[in-house]
Amino acid sequence: MYIKSVIAGAIASVGIAAAALAADVKVGFVYVGPVGDYGWTYEHDQGRLAVEKHFGDKVETVYQELVPEGADSERVMTQMALQGADLIFTTSFGYMEPTINVAEKFPNVKFEHATGYMRADNVSTYSARFYEGRAIQGHIAGKMTKTNKVGYIGSFPIPEVVRGINSAFIHARKVNPDVEFNIVWIYTWFDPAKEADAATALIEQGCDVVLQHTDSTAPQAAAEKAGGVITFGQASDMAMFKPTPRVSSIIDDWAPYYIARTQAVLDGTWTSTDTWDGIGPGMVGIGEITSAVPADVKAEALAMKDAIASGDYHPFTGPINKQDGSVWLAAGETADDGTLLGMNFYVEGIKGDVPQ
Amino acid sequence: MDFSSINPALLIASLMVSATPILLAAIGEAVVEKSGVLNLGVEGMMIVGAVVGFIIAVNTDAPLLGFICAAIVSGIFSMIFGILTQYLKSNQVATGLGLTLVGLGLSALLGRPYEGMKSPTLKALDIPFLGDIPVLGKMLFSHDLMIYFSVFIVAMVWWFLKFTHAGMVLRAVGENHDAAHALGYKVVRVRMLAIMFGGATSGLGGAYISLARVPQWTEGMTAGAGWIALAIVVFASWRPWRVLFGAYIFGGVTVLQLNLQAAGASIPVEYLSMSPYLITIVVLVIISSRGNQGAPASLGRPFHASS
Amino acid sequence: MLKLEKRLQQSKKWIYLSPFLAVVITMISGGILFTILGENPFEAIRIIFWDPLFDPNFASYSRPQLLVKAGPLILIAIGLSFGFKAGVWNIGAEGQYIMGAIFGAGLALAFYPMESKLIFPLMIIAGALGGFLWGMIPAFLKAKLNANEILVSLMLVYVAESILASVSQGLLKNPDGYGFPGSRNLQKYESAANVEIISNSGMHWGVLFAFITVIFSYIVLTRHIQGFNIQLTGEAPRAAKFAGVNPTANIVFCLGISGALAGLAGMFEVAGPSGQITIEFNSGYGFTAIIVAFLGRLHPVGILLSGLLIALTYIGGELAQLMLGLPGASIQLFQGMLLFFLLATDLFANYRVKIGTN
Repeated sequence: MYIKSVIAGAIASVGIAAAALAADVKVGFVYVGPVGDYGWTYEHDQGRLAVEKHFGDKVETVYQELVPEGADSERVMTQMALQGADLIFTTSFGYMEPTINVAEKFPNVKFEHATGYMRADNVSTYSARFYEGRAIQGHIAGKMTKTNKVGYIGSFPIPEVVRGINSAFIHARKVNPDVEFNIVWIYTWFDPAKEADAATALIEQGCDVVLQHTDSTAPQAAAEKAGGVITFGQASDMAMFKPTPRVSSIIDDWAPYYIARTQAVLDGTWTSTDTWDGIGPGMVGIGEITSAVPADVKAEALAMKDAIASGDYHPFTGPINKQDGSVWLAAGETADDGTLLGMNFYVEGIKGDVPQ
Repeated sequence: MDFSSINPALLIASLMVSATPILLAAIGEAVVEKSGVLNLGVEGMMIVGAVVGFIIAVNTDAPLLGFICAAIVSGIFSMIFGILTQYLKSNQVATGLGLTLVGLGLSALLGRPYEGMKSPTLKALDIPFLGDIPVLGKMLFSHDLMIYFSVFIVAMVWWFLKFTHAGMVLRAVGENHDAAHALGYKVVRVRMLAIMFGGATSGLGGAYISLARVPQWTEGMTAGAGWIALAIVVFASWRPWRVLFGAYIFGGVTVLQLNLQAAGASIPVEYLSMSPYLITIVVLVIISSRGNQGAPASLGRPFHASS
Repeated sequence: MLKLEKRLQQSKKWIYLSPFLAVVITMISGGILFTILGENPFEAIRIIFWDPLFDPNFASYSRPQLLVKAGPLILIAIGLSFGFKAGVWNIGAEGQYIMGAIFGAGLALAFYPMESKLIFPLMIIAGALGGFLWGMIPAFLKAKLNANEILVSLMLVYVAESILASVSQGLLKNPDGYGFPGSRNLQKYESAANVEIISNSGMHWGVLFAFITVIFSYIVLTRHIQGFNIQLTGEAPRAAKFAGVNPTANIVFCLGISGALAGLAGMFEVAGPSGQITIEFNSGYGFTAIIVAFLGRLHPVGILLSGLLIALTYIGGELAQLMLGLPGASIQLFQGMLLFFLLATDLFANYRVKIGTN
């Protein structure tokens, strides 16, 4: 058996070498969750499949799922680089330091780290302006809530999540001065049972709109079970819950970015960049607004989407006060990216504190 | 902060839902441990139950059949542990951990085609009269079948351990397997049956997550529920009704803290989430210091018939 | 009818033979699994067991990584083996590992950004102390109040995890980290970094400690009275009592040493390969080490080898995922099978299988 396996192995490795020669560029993807989570990792993998489809034989992709953050991810990235990957996307915040470490060892390999802030000559960062989508959700939520209570399931109290809460809240208040946000932190990105419990708790306390910043579809199922509650797909379209409870969604559409960056490597024009794209360039998609939303609300939401996309409207446009009543943005002033990136405060009107 | 928005009836109703998976797993594990076997593979057996229940329910559109198959398959799955530890005399701790590893891997492979699907769920029973009682009706009599069944299992286990001859044999085997063997009881057979029962109820618990509480299938969805079940057994000092109480307390802490947050209270979540385990240790210490009411004496020890 | 007869002494032949038998059976059933998944079984098995060691592309990297992965497993498993021999069941090494990391990192961050040669040695002490103290809780409760240490140590894992989550978001959070949970990167803090002793060898201080511990444990178990006491307590508790072995001292020794070693492993990991305290810092080394300890038959050299074998399946498994696109779950399943077969074949070492009638 031993001899056989060596022979088979030798044949197989010739096969691999041939395949590697055929493709011009090899692109690796490191995922934190399973590709079947129908949320964060699922959408990154859709992006990978789009790359394969777009380039055909010219590009080969490899991926590894369920990679723990920390030392294990560093090894996975190194092995990808050793295996001949030219471009590696690392798709979780926790991969930031490992990405930088591995990038130092492989100056000729390009790295792209999602949602981080550390860059190098061969490390780009990219992230999506999810808060633009949150503004549209807030608008729909404010219009559609009858109890004036909107539930929000937060993962961790980090700027990205706080930003989303603020954006949704501002736009809900704008159309409905009586609206309140009930925020629950569950300290996990992915735990279907806990997400279901959180959604149930919110619904039982009278929330008839539930927004989530966690990755599973469990809150959607909880809302469907309760009835009369609307939700929004998060990260992925979560289309199986159409037309209600899921009335719209924020979709992370990484495909255009992944294709563009792969093309840049093919062309030899890749440089280290910091990308933070929103609805305009198509990195943030707004999933179909279903018939459960009244036509006029839908029209307003779509109008807002277009205004954000064209750059005419910034979701954080003053006057906006901080929670304590102090002025954050004067009338007409828009938030700068630096403040948004480190946002750790609520805007005026949200009850409770950001947990520290 | 407005706690009036918390409706106690709904709170209790939803903590029962949240506690049922760990209750089912814990009551089975309590029987296993009563027989002197420590099976750390609860998480693995639960997730196998979750995936099998889901697959069957989706394909047949019959959630009840899903539960039945989950119990059967997890019972069979637990036999890997049973055969290894009882017949091949392997170490229980290591084998249990292995069972969890295999369960997680196997379930993820089996469940791949079913990710992102919706399953038919159990309907809430429409109980005449009782369901119409104000407050209590909503709180206790508006649930699905499995919630009542889980309480029924607890009652059965209590009756079995306390009043039946077989239950007495099981406890004897757990307390002193050598003496039990000397009296002519089939130690290994008793333990195999206990392990299988533990597997079956864990499977039911897992299926309750994927078919009722969430309900959908995702890889690793039990997210540590099996380990909580192990804690509950200790918390309950191996007594069936206390297992029920413990499961509702553990489930209750989670549901309560989520509700408090939703009502606007800012609470230190980490401290609250470690409290059940600290309480479990305290309970364990109290019962152990009182003497013989602690763990079954043969718990985790290998048995070999030397005659 | 098959009948088992307990051997008076473990069969030397089978102690050495059974692991190989188990690996072969695993390869065969793993091969079947990979075939079902639509892969070439020979290739998959070769990638898992052969490539990390000898593939010209990967070996120069994965061989050192083998040490990085095996180091903490061996360190923890050696500590556990003392207790397992003496019938003291510490299965909460994961919690002790976490506490060691928190103590070590906490000490380093308290000194940040001061540079001093003393910081790293102090961290080693702090890490060992953190694990030791966490191990002393079940030891105390067992010795004084007779509370089952299996259960107490397991419960304390969850408590430690909650503390870890709390400090990653509070006490030890990186002030320059844009509010994300997680501490500063200790690899970037020269005085606190657990660096490779020889570059590109994977030999960081933790691996060195693991090797030293193997030797130390070998000496204690074969040459020292404490080793004798441990063996005696485990094999014949009553005889041990007559021989004057103090059971309390034994419990404290076993839980103390396993706690301290697990704490050390955590500290070396946080200061080295991981670099940071994060919510997800612990990745199950404490539980995997239990498996390693048993696969190594609680013998120091056995643990060394089984630690390396388990590390190989991790790294080879990652390679197989990468090269063949195998799902991560199949590797978990494969490791589980390996464990089961190793446990099952253990039978031959301890029992004689006889064919006959009752």
